[in-house]
Amino acid sequence: MNNSEPIIQVKNLVAKYSEKTILDDISVDINRGEITVILGSSGCGKTTLMKNILQLQRPASGQIKVFGYDLTQIDEMDYQAIIRRIGVLFQNGALLNSVDIFDNISIPIEQHTKLPKEIIKKIIEVKLHLVNLSHAIYLNPSELSGGMRKRAALARAIALDPDILFCDEPSAGLDPLTSASLDELIINLKKQLNMTVVVVTHELASIHRIADKIIFLDSGKLLFYGSLKEAKKSGIEQIDTFFKVGSF
Amino acid sequence: MKKVHENSENLFVENKKILLKGDIDKFTVPLLWKQLSQINDLTGIEIIDLKHVTSIDSAGSLFIEEIASTIKDQNNLDLPIDKLYQNVTKDINDTIKVFSQTDVKTYSRKRKDPFFVLVGDLVISFITSLHEIMILASDVFYWAILGIWRKKGARKGSFTQQSLLIGMEAVPIVALLSLIIGLILSLQAAVQLRMFGADIFIADMLGYAMLTEMGAMMTAIIVSGRSGSSIASEIATMKVSEELDALKMMSINPIRYVIVPKFYAMSVCMPLLVILSIIIGILGGVFVAILYLNISATAFYNQLLNVLTLKDLLITMIKSTFFGWSIVIIGSFYGLKVEGGAEGVGKATTYSVVTSIITVIIIDVIFSLLYLP
Repeated sequence: MNNSEPIIQVKNLVAKYSEKTILDDISVDINRGEITVILGSSGCGKTTLMKNILQLQRPASGQIKVFGYDLTQIDEMDYQAIIRRIGVLFQNGALLNSVDIFDNISIPIEQHTKLPKEIIKKIIEVKLHLVNLSHAIYLNPSELSGGMRKRAALARAIALDPDILFCDEPSAGLDPLTSASLDELIINLKKQLNMTVVVVTHELASIHRIADKIIFLDSGKLLFYGSLKEAKKSGIEQIDTFFKVGSF
Repeated sequence: MKKVHENSENLFVENKKILLKGDIDKFTVPLLWKQLSQINDLTGIEIIDLKHVTSIDSAGSLFIEEIASTIKDQNNLDLPIDKLYQNVTKDINDTIKVFSQTDVKTYSRKRKDPFFVLVGDLVISFITSLHEIMILASDVFYWAILGIWRKKGARKGSFTQQSLLIGMEAVPIVALLSLIIGLILSLQAAVQLRMFGADIFIADMLGYAMLTEMGAMMTAIIVSGRSGSSIASEIATMKVSEELDALKMMSINPIRYVIVPKFYAMSVCMPLLVILSIIIGILGGVFVAILYLNISATAFYNQLLNVLTLKDLLITMIKSTFFGWSIVIIGSFYGLKVEGGAEGVGKATTYSVVTSIITVIIIDVIFSLLYLP
């Protein structure tokens, strides 16, 4: 695929929980090297969209192309190869509780590369330094606070230098300062490593800092896709209220 | 899918230079690392040429930095590391800077404690646990006795609900296992007894065994596996999700509200389950006696009455009540002690089952010694 083609293409995606339709006919393209923010009120299907793109949940119908490969049709081996180029920061960090932070980050590196131990250790130290968590390297996840856990999870998500980084509510439950430093890190990753970042959030401050493009969902439907400026000018009622009130 | 190419020779040493070529990333670094370790001696080298490097990632950048710092050490150079790089494009230089190790603080893993320290810790934690269990037990007894008269602070219907959970729902499994134990015991004994023509004594043996030991013991082990674990995990979950703190802040004593109903239910259900177990175990023996030894049910019953005494039954009832109490208190203890989220809940459950089974056996030994016939 060439570089101008969208890195993620979602076509006519429909997602259902048993009978209830969560996502209704979503079509959207996410561009390479951009930070795309998925916005919307609670329960509008933001996380579901992310999980459907990653195939953690199977869509009822529709097409999802990542790096030009249709994930709904692809076989398991190719899916694994694609998923290795994607990093995910889950809502609550999802660190493995039974091992310390060092092992949490070393697991993906050890499993998928043949790097020597010395380099792996350096990678882990650097990634933890990037998220400003160097001191926690040999602590267990249970000894960390919520914010620290999220930062450690981010370090794990970028352990293999993914091409695409998904973040599910990275700043929820964090203080404004930590949240700002996380945003800065995301911007840096995008700038320096040309990473494509997809962020699910409803923190207004964070949206203003990082968003190149916005996907606005409203009760399962795609309301708007475009830049922040366009969104504010769009005149769509829900979006106006969202930015006026701060959050739903 | 694009196949990852593993390069062959992309690291060269040429007049005072190290030359790197192609992609320097997580897939090529392992091989480059091998090539580098074969070179060993880097004295005299002053420059790392990155002209032909096409792309780089964190592993690659750290690898390059590793070469640079080795060169610096071996040649005693006194200059910043990045002065060693030559022909670096801006992109690659940026990446190297992002992942630079220079201001990364390193920490070392805590050393493991020596053997005797570990043993000492174990002993101390055992003693403190014992102490804490005693305190918890006294708390539970206090609130349980007080609760007989004072209904304040208890949830309505909690006793019934807990009795259903601890007692009623355990009936099928206790019955099934007791029946099987009864069958096995009497079959094994029947073969031996038959050789001596002492068939009828099967009733003595089985009746006495079920009444004094097997009934109470089997039931206690089943209940500690079933209810002990559920008590521990329930309380541990409540602790982890701050429900116990919430109760305290509503000025409700968690022990009174959560543990005491279980304690009551266990005190009532445990002896009943034991009686059930004894009866069904003996029934299993009756089957064997009738079908295998051709003893009539009446003969079996008459023989049985010779061995079963009220005293033994009373001792067993008291013993089983103690079993039940120890299961509740140990389950609650590990539940209350939990730390560290979801993983802690699993650990608490395991510890509680293991400890309560051991405790049950110890209590059994004490009772056996006290009431030796």
